Amino acid sequence: MSSALQIVWVYPDLLSTYGDRGNMLILAHRAKLRGIPVDTLEVRSDQALPYGDIYLIGGGEDGPQALAAQRLAADRGLHRAVDRRAVVFAVCAGYQLLGNSFFAKGAKCDGLGLLDLHSDRGPTRAVGELAGDIDPALGLPMLTGFENHGGRTHLGPEVKPLAKVRAGIGNDGATEGAWSGTVIGTYSHGPALSRNPALADLLLRWATGEESLAAPDDTWHTRLRGERLGAVGLV
Amino acid sequence: MTENKLPLRASLAASVSRTAAALSRATGRGDGSVIGGRLGMMIDPDLLAHLAAGRRIALVSGTNGKTTTTRFTAAAVGVLGDVATNSFGANMPTGHTSALARAGATPYAVLEVDEHYLAQVLRATTPLVVALLNLSRDQLDRAKEVAMMAQLWRDALADHPDVHVVANADDPMVVYAAAAHAASGEGKVTWFSAGQRWREDAHVCPACGAHIERDETDADAWRCATGDLARPAPQWTVDESAVIDPEGVRHEVKLQLPGKVNVGNAATALAVAHRFGVSPADAAPKLAEVASVAGRYAQVDRDGRNIRLLLAKNPASWLEAFDMAEEQPTLLSINARDPDGFDTSWLFDVDFAPLRGRQVLITGDRAYDLAVRLQVNDVPFTHVKSFDEAVAAVPPGRLEVIANYTAFQDIRAELDRVV
Ligand SMILES: [Zn+2]
Repeated sequence: MSSALQIVWVYPDLLSTYGDRGNMLILAHRAKLRGIPVDTLEVRSDQALPYGDIYLIGGGEDGPQALAAQRLAADRGLHRAVDRRAVVFAVCAGYQLLGNSFFAKGAKCDGLGLLDLHSDRGPTRAVGELAGDIDPALGLPMLTGFENHGGRTHLGPEVKPLAKVRAGIGNDGATEGAWSGTVIGTYSHGPALSRNPALADLLLRWATGEESLAAPDDTWHTRLRGERLGAVGLV
Repeated sequence: MTENKLPLRASLAASVSRTAAALSRATGRGDGSVIGGRLGMMIDPDLLAHLAAGRRIALVSGTNGKTTTTRFTAAAVGVLGDVATNSFGANMPTGHTSALARAGATPYAVLEVDEHYLAQVLRATTPLVVALLNLSRDQLDRAKEVAMMAQLWRDALADHPDVHVVANADDPMVVYAAAAHAASGEGKVTWFSAGQRWREDAHVCPACGAHIERDETDADAWRCATGDLARPAPQWTVDESAVIDPEGVRHEVKLQLPGKVNVGNAATALAVAHRFGVSPADAAPKLAEVASVAGRYAQVDRDGRNIRLLLAKNPASWLEAFDMAEEQPTLLSINARDPDGFDTSWLFDVDFAPLRGRQVLITGDRAYDLAVRLQVNDVPFTHVKSFDEAVAAVPPGRLEVIANYTAFQDIRAELDRVV
């Protein structure tokens, strides 16, 4: 086993609809800026999930989402990872399949049960800018992202909402995403961390055990955040 | 077909369509193809079918390269006689209607078709040949899933057993779309190979969901891990500068348009024209006359800079643009307006590493999304607020401009609507 930080991108062959690679690239980039050595591993759905410090799960269409959930349930590697408090960051379809159940192609599918939540179909498709105030316990600035999903997610008592919605739909128009321990899910799809570098750093701090990380030059991230939050009237 | 043989209503509709298009152009509201076609179709809903009747028609569809391939094909078929074509990129039925009405009676037509409208246009125009180029992710906030598009194409072809299909053997999605048609009879499909740089949408077999296996020793080979779907043997292939026909004869195509992708587009055009009876030897010199396509690849001289415009709309076409661009100062411009799609996530599907070592400038409505992407990609850049600022920031010589759809149109407008 390498001493470098292991970032595992789960099933890019199934769950990589649009820019999902970005979260892996951003985490690796920000780790290197702090002198933290990194290995990135792209694991296909016909391979066993390896040991990792951070697991990333992306978005996908219904068919691949259901298939990914089946394979992860059979593999059990993600369950073992959560048991040893590895970090999991999942977006959109990847977020839904961490819950107890979700809907794909009109049928209810078993989720992995790693987050206490379930998802069903909403009355409308949620497409557009998403923003919200992140749970103060996480100490992060406002969440900004782009959502594109037809699901609605209902949180159980064992998870906390990642954010309170200020623009867009998220879980149900009131809350967005969920977190528990070192597992975070969000409807902010694709390269969610490009607009939320502080969230990327939180994942890195959890994975490395560092209390704080040196502040990099975030000029462009900051300008991007300002522009996107401005577009929904939140700055 | 001559227009006075059109049914009266169709004749009136065609005339209104042309007049509206001319008015639209005269008032500076665009090239008029959409408004003209829309008005004509309101008067006669079957206008496109009426205008298509009696012409020998080729349709060209796919996510990328269809405008250029349509232009090449029209040039190649033009060896035989007059060709009607929608050269302004208006690729939905209103645009086809307008193009045919505007052209008057021609023996041939070559039409670029938006991939979502292929079934409808097949029905309306009963073409001789349909060319299927590729399918990849594009404008995901509204486009259909790639595998679903392949299924729609496949269903559409099932309704037209007599059409001849010219299809890309390198794209598993296209092969799936055409495979049942190919199996329905001898010689129903002509396969070409033009290489496929972008493969991220073809990991999974559209027929059965198994993995697509790639061969380590043969870069182009692919097959479904468990099912029957596999790369068919192509009859038309390319090398760096030539198209090789089914007899193995090499046709040097001295294209003005850059990049290997355009040699592939040329191969497609020659294969389609061959079905019309045009020999590749006669057609190839016609392709060399094409200098730009609706502003794409156009070169404009300004203030001592030679500015070349490259359009890149989605990850697959960005990869092709990097292959075409010379190692010279490069301006990238990104918007996310309605025609572009509102989601910029795809920027992380593109590896910008080929730009390292070039002077890179960025602009556009969504330049900050691009800035973050380039920073993470270790590509140094400078942000400029306008096209003029970009021109002033580079030394005399070539400036390559790569832009997505509306950003491209903005820059084209700055350069006086260069075609
Ligand atoms: Zn298969």
